[in-house]
Amino acid sequence: MIELKNVSKSFTLHNQGSAVIPVMENASLSVKSGECAGLIGASGAGKSTLMRVIYGNYLAASGSVVVGGVDVAKAEPREVLALRRETLGYVSQFLRVVPRVPTLDVVAEPLLAVGTPADQARDKAASLLAQLNIPERLWSLSPTTFSGGEQQRVNIARGFAYEYPALLLDEPTASLDAQNRATVLALIEGAKARGAAIIGIFHDEAARQQVCDRFVDVSGFAPKAAA
Amino acid sequence: MKPLLQVKDVAKMYGARIGCTGVSFDLYPGEVMGIVGESGSGKSTLLNSLAGHLVPDRGEVIFDTRADGPVDTVTMSEPARRMLGRTDWAFVHQHARDGLRMSVSAGGNIGERLMAVGNRHYGAIRDHAADWLGRVEISESRIDDRPSAFSGGMQQRLQIARNLVTGPRLVFMDEPTGGLDVSVQALLLDLLRGLVREMGLSAIIVTHDLAVVRLLAGRLMVMKDGHVVETGLTDQVLDDPQHAYTQLLVSSVLQV
Amino acid sequence: MNDYNFAYLDEQTKRMIRRAILKGLAVPGYQVPFASREMPMPYGWGTGGVQVSAATLTPEDTLKVIDQGADDTTNAVSIRKFFEKTAGVATTEETEKASVIQTRHRIPEAELTEDQILVYQVPIPEPLRFLEPRETETRKMHSLQEYGLMHVKLYEDISQHGAIATAYAYPVKVEGRYVMDPSPIPKFDNPKMEMAAIQLFGAGREQRIYAVPPYTQVVSLDFEDYPFEASKADHPCDLCGAEDSYLDEVILDDAGTRMFVCSDTDYCRTRRDAGHAGRLGAEAA
Repeated sequence: MIELKNVSKSFTLHNQGSAVIPVMENASLSVKSGECAGLIGASGAGKSTLMRVIYGNYLAASGSVVVGGVDVAKAEPREVLALRRETLGYVSQFLRVVPRVPTLDVVAEPLLAVGTPADQARDKAASLLAQLNIPERLWSLSPTTFSGGEQQRVNIARGFAYEYPALLLDEPTASLDAQNRATVLALIEGAKARGAAIIGIFHDEAARQQVCDRFVDVSGFAPKAAA
Repeated sequence: MKPLLQVKDVAKMYGARIGCTGVSFDLYPGEVMGIVGESGSGKSTLLNSLAGHLVPDRGEVIFDTRADGPVDTVTMSEPARRMLGRTDWAFVHQHARDGLRMSVSAGGNIGERLMAVGNRHYGAIRDHAADWLGRVEISESRIDDRPSAFSGGMQQRLQIARNLVTGPRLVFMDEPTGGLDVSVQALLLDLLRGLVREMGLSAIIVTHDLAVVRLLAGRLMVMKDGHVVETGLTDQVLDDPQHAYTQLLVSSVLQV
Repeated sequence: MNDYNFAYLDEQTKRMIRRAILKGLAVPGYQVPFASREMPMPYGWGTGGVQVSAATLTPEDTLKVIDQGADDTTNAVSIRKFFEKTAGVATTEETEKASVIQTRHRIPEAELTEDQILVYQVPIPEPLRFLEPRETETRKMHSLQEYGLMHVKLYEDISQHGAIATAYAYPVKVEGRYVMDPSPIPKFDNPKMEMAAIQLFGAGREQRIYAVPPYTQVVSLDFEDYPFEASKADHPCDLCGAEDSYLDEVILDDAGTRMFVCSDTDYCRTRRDAGHAGRLGAEAA
C-alpha cells in the first residue's frame, strides 16, 4: 500500500547563503494493508519529515513514494489531492481549520469531500466526537478556541471519520488521558482490522507495543555525510 | 478527464514593461488554484488576461466549452466570449461595488444573469434569487434592499451569489477576501469552500494572503516580476518552498 | 418668408438629416448619430423633432403639431407657428388631414395611414441609459443584443410596486432586434406603434435619430407571469364619452372635483361634433 524506494530529502536555504541541508538519504520502506509500522529514532532524526514526504507535504528530492499506486514524489497536485481525499489520511499534531466553522462540520468534512450525504457525515462525526469525549455543547463551536488536548481529539476524529485505506499518525496519543488513549488505540486497531496500512509515530512505549506490528528506525535514513 | 482550461504561454506587455509572460498550466474540473505574489508581480494582469478583460499579446487560453469542446477564448468572437462571461465563467471582484449594480436590489442583482440568458418568468427568477440569498447566508427579507444598505461582507456574498446563479464552471476571483474584517473573511472562506465542493467548481484565486490560499486552493502558483517562479501543491509550496523568492515570501509572513 | 431657407435649415443640413433618417429606416430601432444643429428654441423643447420635421417637410405637406395630444398647448403652438413662418406650409389640427404630424408624448387616437409621417420628440433615446451610464458599453450591448439589463429594470418595478409600474417610455423590441425607447408616450400607445405610417424619432441634445418603418413588429418587453398591459384611466371621457381613448385627469376645484377628458383634443372634438357626449359633455359644449 505504501512503498518508499531510495527517497532522499534536503532543504536548500536560498536566503541563507544557499546552504543545503541534507536530512534523509536512501529511505526505503514498505507497509502492507492491515499492517502498522512504527517509526522510531531520536528526536530530530526525521520521523515527521518522512511522514510529510509520504503525505506530499515535503517534496522528495529523489526516489519514489508510491501510495495506492500513485507516486507522490512526481504526481500532479490534483492527483495528490485525490489521493489525500480518497486514500491517504494524516493525523498531524496540529489542527488547521477555517476559523468559525463548527467542530461537527470540521470532523464531517473528509466525508463530505468524498460525497457522503451531509446528514450521514454529521452522524458519523457526532459518534466519533462522543467516543472521544468532546462534550456535545462544544460541537457547534469552532475548535480554534479549544484546549490543546481537545484540539488533538478533534483532529483524530477528523482523521478517522472517513475510512482511509492508508493512514499517517503523528503522535496520536500524546497528552491524552488513559480513557481517551484507549479509545484512540481502539480506533487504530479497528482501522487495521478493516485493512488500513498505517505508519505511526508514538512516543508512548506501551501504545507503540500495542498497535505496531514492526518498527522502522529512521536513524538508518540519516545522510552519510552527517553521520 | 480533460482539462477545463488550458493556458499556453500567455504573455501581456505594457509597452516595454512585462505584465506577465510565459505562463502555462492546465486546470482540471474541480481544481482550485491560487496565484500569489507581491503587488506588481503580474498576478492580477494574468487573471484579467485569462478572464478576457485584457487581451494577451501572446498565447492561448483554451476553455472546454459545453457546446463545442476546447476553444481558444483569445481568438473567439467577442459575443461568444461575453456570453461565456455570463454563463460558464464568473468573476468575483475584490471590491463588491465593481461587481454589483449598486442601484439595483439584491434580487435584481442576482436575477440579472438569469434574465441575460433569457429567463422571462418573474416568479421563477425571484425564487431563484431567494434561494441564492439563503445559500450565501443573507436573509431572504433583504431581497428588495439595495446593496448600498449591506455591510462589506454581505456585499461580497451577494456578489458571489450574483456570479454563481447561472451555475458557472470556472470562477475567477481577485482578492475575494481583501478589504474585509478578519472575522468576516473566515465566514466567506467557509462559504466558498462549501460552494466549490457542492458545485464542483474550478476556480483561480488571486491573493496576496497566504492563509487564504492554504484554506481555499489545492494548488498554488507563485509569481514574481511577471514570471511564474514556482508551482505545486499548496501546502507543499508553503511548507517546503523550493525557489528563493517563495522562501522569502513564506518567511515574511507575520506570525499571529 | 424669404429671409429663411425653406423650413429654416439649409439644404446641406437637411440632406445630412435625411441620410440619417434613411439609415434609421433601414435598420429599424437603431440609433443613428447625426450632427444636431442649434435651433431657435431650447433643448428639451423639441429640437430633435423639429430638425427631423424640417428635413421631412415639402411645400405640399400639411403639418399638425401636438403636445401631450393637444394642438393648443404652448409647445405645439410655437412649433406650428415656427413652420408656418419658415416653411409656409399648411397646418391643421385634424389628424386625417395632416401629412406630417410632429408629436410630443402621444400617438393620435385616429388610425394613421400610409400617407402620413409621425415625428416624435425624444428627450433620452437610450433605453439602457438609466442602468448603464457608459455610452461605449450601451452601444456594445445593442450590437451584441445583450438586453438582460432591460428586464432588470422591469424586475425592479415588480419587486417594488407589485406590477410593472413603468407607465411611459415603456421599452420595446423592434422587429426582434433592437430594444428602443418609444419616447415618453404612455404605454397605452405602445400597441399602436405597429402602424401604417412612418415613425421618425429625433433627439436634438443627444444627437440621435431612429425610425420604425410601416408595419414593423414592435413588441413591449414583459415577463411571462407579468404580461404587458396597455393601461389607461378606467373611465370614459367626460366630454365625448369615448371609452377607448387615453385620458387626462383635470382637477376642477379645491374640493377635489375632477374630470377625465381625452388627451387627444382633435379626437374628442371630432366625436363631439358627431353628436357623442359624456357625463359633462352638454354643459362644457
